[in-house]
Amino acid sequence: MSDIRVTVNGRARDGAEVGPHTRLLDWLRGEGLTGAKEGCAEGECGACAVLVARPDGEGRSRWTSVNACLPPAAAFDGQEVVTAEGLGTAGGTGTPAALHPVQQEMAFRGGSQCGYCTPGFVCSMAAEYYRPEREAPGAATEAAAGAQTGTEVVGEEHAADHECGPNGFDLHALSGNLCRCTGYRPIRDAAYALGTPAEADPLLRRQDRPAQPAPPTRVAAGGAQFVRPGSLEELFEHLEDTPDAQLVAGSTDAGVGVNIQHARPPLTLAVDRLEQLRTLEVGQERVEIGAALSLSEVERGLAGRVPLLDQVFPQFASRLIRNAATFGGNLGTGSPIGDSAPALLALGASVVLASAGGEREVPLDEYYTGYRQSVRRPGEIIRAVRIPLPPARYSAFHKIAKRRFDDISSVAVGIAVHVEAGTVTSARIGLGGVAATPIRAHAPERILSGAPWNRDTVLAAAAALAGEGTPIDDHRASARYRSAMLEQALLKFWAQNALAPDMEVSR
Amino acid sequence: MTSLADRPVNPVVGVPVAHENAALHVTGTALYTDDLIVRHQDVLHAWPVQAAHAHALVQDLRTAPALAVPGVVRVLTAADVPGVNDAGTKHDEPLFPTEVMFHGHAVCWVLGETQEAARLGAAAVEVDYEPLPSLVTVAEAIEAGSFQGAQPTVSRGDTSTALATAAHRFSGEFEFGGQEHFYLETHASFAYVDEGEQVLVHCSTQHPTETQEIVAHVLGLHSHEVTVQCLRMGGGFGGKEMQPHGYAAVAALGSVLTGRPVRVRLNRTQDITLSGKRHPYHARWEAGFDESGRLQALEATVTSDGGWSLDLSEPVLQRTLCHIDNAYWIPHVQVHGRIARTHKTSQTAFRGFGGPQGMLVIEEVMGRCAPLLGVDPTELRHRNLYVPGQTTPYGQPVRHAERLRTIWTQLLDRAEVERRREEIAAFNAAHPDTKRALAVTPVKFGISFNLTAFNQAGALVHVYKDGSVLINHGGTEMGQGLHTKMRQVAATALGVPLETVRLAPTRTDKVPNTSATAASSGADLNGGAVKNACEQIRDRLAEVAARKFDIHPDDVRFVDGTVTGIGFHDRQMSFAELAHDAYFQRISLWAAGYYRTEGLHWDGARMQGEPFKYFSYGASVSEVEVDGFTGAYRLLRTDIIHDVGDSLSPLIDVGQIEGGFVQGAGWLTLEELRWDVSDGPHRGRLATQAASTYKLPSFSEMPEEFNVHLFEQATESGVVYGSKAVGEPPLMLAFSVREALREAAAAFGPGRRSVELASPATPEAVFWALQEGRRVLAADTEQAPAPATSAAH
Repeated sequence: MSDIRVTVNGRARDGAEVGPHTRLLDWLRGEGLTGAKEGCAEGECGACAVLVARPDGEGRSRWTSVNACLPPAAAFDGQEVVTAEGLGTAGGTGTPAALHPVQQEMAFRGGSQCGYCTPGFVCSMAAEYYRPEREAPGAATEAAAGAQTGTEVVGEEHAADHECGPNGFDLHALSGNLCRCTGYRPIRDAAYALGTPAEADPLLRRQDRPAQPAPPTRVAAGGAQFVRPGSLEELFEHLEDTPDAQLVAGSTDAGVGVNIQHARPPLTLAVDRLEQLRTLEVGQERVEIGAALSLSEVERGLAGRVPLLDQVFPQFASRLIRNAATFGGNLGTGSPIGDSAPALLALGASVVLASAGGEREVPLDEYYTGYRQSVRRPGEIIRAVRIPLPPARYSAFHKIAKRRFDDISSVAVGIAVHVEAGTVTSARIGLGGVAATPIRAHAPERILSGAPWNRDTVLAAAAALAGEGTPIDDHRASARYRSAMLEQALLKFWAQNALAPDMEVSR
Repeated sequence: MTSLADRPVNPVVGVPVAHENAALHVTGTALYTDDLIVRHQDVLHAWPVQAAHAHALVQDLRTAPALAVPGVVRVLTAADVPGVNDAGTKHDEPLFPTEVMFHGHAVCWVLGETQEAARLGAAAVEVDYEPLPSLVTVAEAIEAGSFQGAQPTVSRGDTSTALATAAHRFSGEFEFGGQEHFYLETHASFAYVDEGEQVLVHCSTQHPTETQEIVAHVLGLHSHEVTVQCLRMGGGFGGKEMQPHGYAAVAALGSVLTGRPVRVRLNRTQDITLSGKRHPYHARWEAGFDESGRLQALEATVTSDGGWSLDLSEPVLQRTLCHIDNAYWIPHVQVHGRIARTHKTSQTAFRGFGGPQGMLVIEEVMGRCAPLLGVDPTELRHRNLYVPGQTTPYGQPVRHAERLRTIWTQLLDRAEVERRREEIAAFNAAHPDTKRALAVTPVKFGISFNLTAFNQAGALVHVYKDGSVLINHGGTEMGQGLHTKMRQVAATALGVPLETVRLAPTRTDKVPNTSATAASSGADLNGGAVKNACEQIRDRLAEVAARKFDIHPDDVRFVDGTVTGIGFHDRQMSFAELAHDAYFQRISLWAAGYYRTEGLHWDGARMQGEPFKYFSYGASVSEVEVDGFTGAYRLLRTDIIHDVGDSLSPLIDVGQIEGGFVQGAGWLTLEELRWDVSDGPHRGRLATQAASTYKLPSFSEMPEEFNVHLFEQATESGVVYGSKAVGEPPLMLAFSVREALREAAAAFGPGRRSVELASPATPEAVFWALQEGRRVLAADTEQAPAPATSAAH
C-alpha cells in the first residue's frame, strides 16, 4: 500500500489506509468526515457530493462538485477537496457558529428536513455559488432560454424561468441531488436567494490560482493496483502488459461496477489528467474533443459551437456526473443507452484511437461491433472525438425517459438535417436504446436524403424510423413505446422545424 | 382551567422556526446511526446472504467456506439464536428462514472485520435450494386464492338496491402500483454490549420500543436488558416502523456472540430488495350516481399485495377501507378488503398507510365517471363533498365537514381557477400537439392510530437548577420536525425561551412502552405528554413563586423566561432564579408526562366506531402540460390549502405539506416498481432495485410554481395547542396531478370520453392514454376527413 496525500478542508491528510478500490467517500468517512453520505452508490442521489479544485484555463481553478461514492480516493492524490464540514461550522459545544452563505440559506429557509441529503446539496450549491459565469440575471436568463431541453415544444420558455434564478443560479447544478423530504421548493428558494461571494471569500480567492497538478500515483494492495501514469507513453506501457486494465477518467461508470457489481479490476489506469487527452480544438473543418475532458469542460469550451450538443448536455445525467464523466468514457463503455453516441452519430463524428504504434481515426458508425464491443484493439485508447464542421443547421436530441433531470434513456434519438432550397441534402439519425449498440437509422435517412422537406417525406421517414432496431420490453419502457417514440421523434422534429425560414420554401 | 388547545400569551408554538438541527444538517455534522461507527473500535460489519429464488426450501447451508475467507469472523444462522427466531410481531417472519419467501430473502448473515471481508464471506456461503412454485403478481395470488389475515368489510345501507335503482351505474377494474420508501438513509443498526452490561442498539427506527422488544425476544432477554436509541433518521416515511427490527436483531445478536460492536448497514440494493414497500392494490368497483351526479352507492373489492408476511398489512387495509370515501358522502357502501400473499418483500407502512390507496379508488371513480355523467370533474367532486351532520361509512360523524367547502372555495379563488381555465382552453385550441389541464381534488384524512391502544405517549422533562430544560419523549425524529415542535411545546408550556430547551435523543430507557412515530400522530401524542410533564413542573413552580409574590398560584405567569404575577408591573423573577429557589425548598424539578387520546373506540371486527380524534382537510389544484409526441409532462403550478389546525410550527408544517405532495406525485406519476414476472430464471426479482432504475421526483418534477397556504382560524379543540397532525394527509393532495394528467390526455381526444390512465402515470402511460383519444377522434371523424393534426396517424 502506498500513501496518497489529499488536502481536505485545507488540511493535508495522508491516506495510508487507501487501497486501489477504496472510494473517496469511504476514505473521507473513515477520516471522521461523515457529512458526505452514501445514498445510492451509483452517482444518482448526490448525498456524497464534495468539491474539488479543478483546472479552469490559464492559471485558474474552479470548485467542481463531484460524487464521492464513485471515484477511488487514490484518484484525488495531490488534489484539494472541500466537504460540507469545511464550508462552515454549526456552532455548539466549543465551536462558534459560522455558516457559509449557502448553508445559511439552506438552514434558514427550511431546505433540510431529515438532513441526510443536505451536505451533498450544500456542496453542489456551493460549486454553483462560486461559478465564475454565474452573473447578470438578464444574460443568464437569455442563455438558459436558448438551451432547449428537447422534451417540450412550447414549454421551454416557461422551463427556462423555472430552471434559472434571478441571481443566475442554474438549477441544473442540483440535478444530481435527490431529496425525499422537502419537495425541493425551499431548496430552490435557497439557491435563488444566494448573493455574490464576498471579495475576500477564501474559496473564491482560491479560484484565482491554478489547481494542484495531479501527480503520478500508484496505490497497490491485495494484488490490485491503481495507477495514474505520468505520461501517455507510460499508459501504453501498462496497457501492453495488461491489455484488459480498467481505464477510468471520472469513474462514473467504472465506479458503479465497483459498487454494485462488485468489480475489482486488478489494474485501474486513470487517464483523466493526461494532457494529450485534455485538448479541445475548434478548427474550420472540425472540432476535436479530448477524450478525458469532463462533459462540463467540453460544454464550456464549445460555448455553443455545436448546437446539437447543447441539447445533449442538460439531458446527460446530472451536473455532478458531467463534472466527471467524459466522451471517452461514455463511448468507451460501449453501452447501447449512452446518451452521447446517438448525438455523435447524427453529427457524423469519429473517434481517434491511439496506441504505442500511433493513431487512427474510425467513424463512430463503424466503431461498434456488438454489445459493448468495438473495433478498439488491445492496447488502444480513445484519445479524442472529432466532429466535422459546420454542423447541420437543423438538429435535435430527443431523449425519452421517465424523468427529465438525470435519468437513463429508454430511447435516445439524435437528428441532424441539412436542407437546401427545400430539399434535404443530408440526413443523419443516431439511435440509442433500440439495439445492442448505438446505431444509425439508415432507412429513414435514405428516405429523407434528396427528398423535398415536407410533411409527406417526414411521415414516410417517421414510419421507417419506427421500424428501426430491435427494441425490447424492460423496466424503463415497453418495446411498443420505444418504437412509437422513434416515429414521434421525427414528427416532433418536423413540428419544431417546419416553420424555420429556409424550410418554409418547401411548403 | 385551561384546555389542551389553549395557548398562553406569547407562545413559542406558532412561530416559524427552522428545523432544530438545521445548522448541523447543512454543515454535515448531524450524526446518523452509521456515522457512529468511526467513534468505536473493532467494529464488525455484517452482510446478508440473499437467495436468488422467489420461493424455495433451504435444504442445506454450509458456512465453513465463508469462515475460510480472510477477515470473516462469524456466520450468524438460526442455530445461533438464543431466543425466538423471529423478526416480527406476528410470528410469521423468521429472522433466519428455512423457506425462502421472496427473491433476495436473507437466509443468514456474515460478520467480517471489513465490509469487503463480510461480502466475500457471504459469497462463499454454500446454500442448496429446492425451488418451489411462486406467486409473484396479485393477479396470480387472486387466481390461486392465496390470501393472508383478516378480510374485513365496511358497509352501510343497502348497496345492491341503491345500485339497481341508481340513474347512472358504472364499473371498473384496475391495478395500481406500490412505492419504495427510498429514505436517503438506508436501514442501519449498530449494536454493542455497553459498560452497564446492557445491549445498546443504535437504530434508525420509527418504533424504538418494538425494536427493543424484537431484539429482546431474539436474544432471549427481558426488555430492561436492551436499550434502543434513535438519534435521528435520514427519512422514514413508514419504512422504518416495522422493518428495522430484524436488522437490529442481527446486529445485537452478532455483538452478543462476538463481544464486539456490530454494524448492519444495508446498501441501497440490499435495502430495496429486502425491505417492504407501499402496498400495490387491485380494485374492482361499481358506483351508482343519481341524476344530478350525486354518489348513491359504491361497491368495491380491494385486494392489497401484502407480500410474503403480514407485517402491517391488516391495519393498512383497515385504513384503506376507512378512506375509500375520501371526502365524499356515499349513502350506500359495501367494500370488501383482502390481502394477497405473494412471494415479494413484505409490504408495509408508507405515509398514508393504506389511506392513499383507498382514496385512489374513489378518485378514479370520480375521474372516470365525470365525463360519462357530463359533469365537469371539479364540479362533480365539489357536489359530493361531505356536509355537516353526515357520517363516514364506518359510523364516525364528519366533524368540521364545512371546512371542505370553505377550503375548496378559497382554493379556487386563490388559484384563479376560473381565469386559468379560460387560458388553458385558449392554449389547447392553439396547440394541437401540447395540451394543458388542471384538476382539483380534496383530502379528508382521519388522525389517530386505528388501533386505540397505540394512542398514548410519554415524556420526561427535567428542569435544572440553572433554569435550563432538557426534554425527552417517545417520538422519533425522521426529518418531520417533531423534535422542533416538541421544543416549542415545552418552551410554551414553561414560558421560557426556545434556546433554553434542549432535546435529548430518543431512548427506550428514558421513556418506555412508546408507540411508533407514525400515523401522523407524533406531535399530537408526544406534544400532549411533553405539555403534561411541563405543566406538572410549572404548577409546582407556580406555588413557589406564589409564596414569594404572596399571590394565588393560579395568578402566577410564566412568559419568555420571566416569572411574574397577573397585572404586575414591577415585580418579577427569572425562571432560573425560581428553579434555584424551588430546589432549595425541596420541590421536584422533573416530571414524567403522559397523554392518552380521549374519546376513541373502534370495533375492528365490525369495522365500525370512531377511531379518529379528528379529520385533516385540504385541497389542491394542479396544472399540467402534456407533450403529445412523448407523453412527457410538466407540473406547471400547484396551489394547496391545507388544514393543520393552529400550526405548532408553520415553517415545519409547510415543509411537510410540500414534501408530502411531491412524494405523492412521485407515487402517482413516476415511481414504478417492476418485478420479473416471467417464468425465467430471475422470476420474482425486483428489476427496479437502484436509484438509476427506480426514479424519485427531482427538481424537474416539483411544481414550477408552488403555493401552499395554511387554512386559517382552524383551532382544533382537544389537541395540543389547537394544532392538527400534518405528516401524512398532504401526500394525498397529489391526486390533483394524476387527475390533471387524465384531463390533459382527454384533451387530445373527443369530449365526454372516460379516460383510462395507468398508475403510476408515467410518460409512457400518459402517451397511451392520449393516443387512445386520438384514435377515437380519428375514427369519429373518418366520415368527414378533416385536416389531420400533425401527430395524428
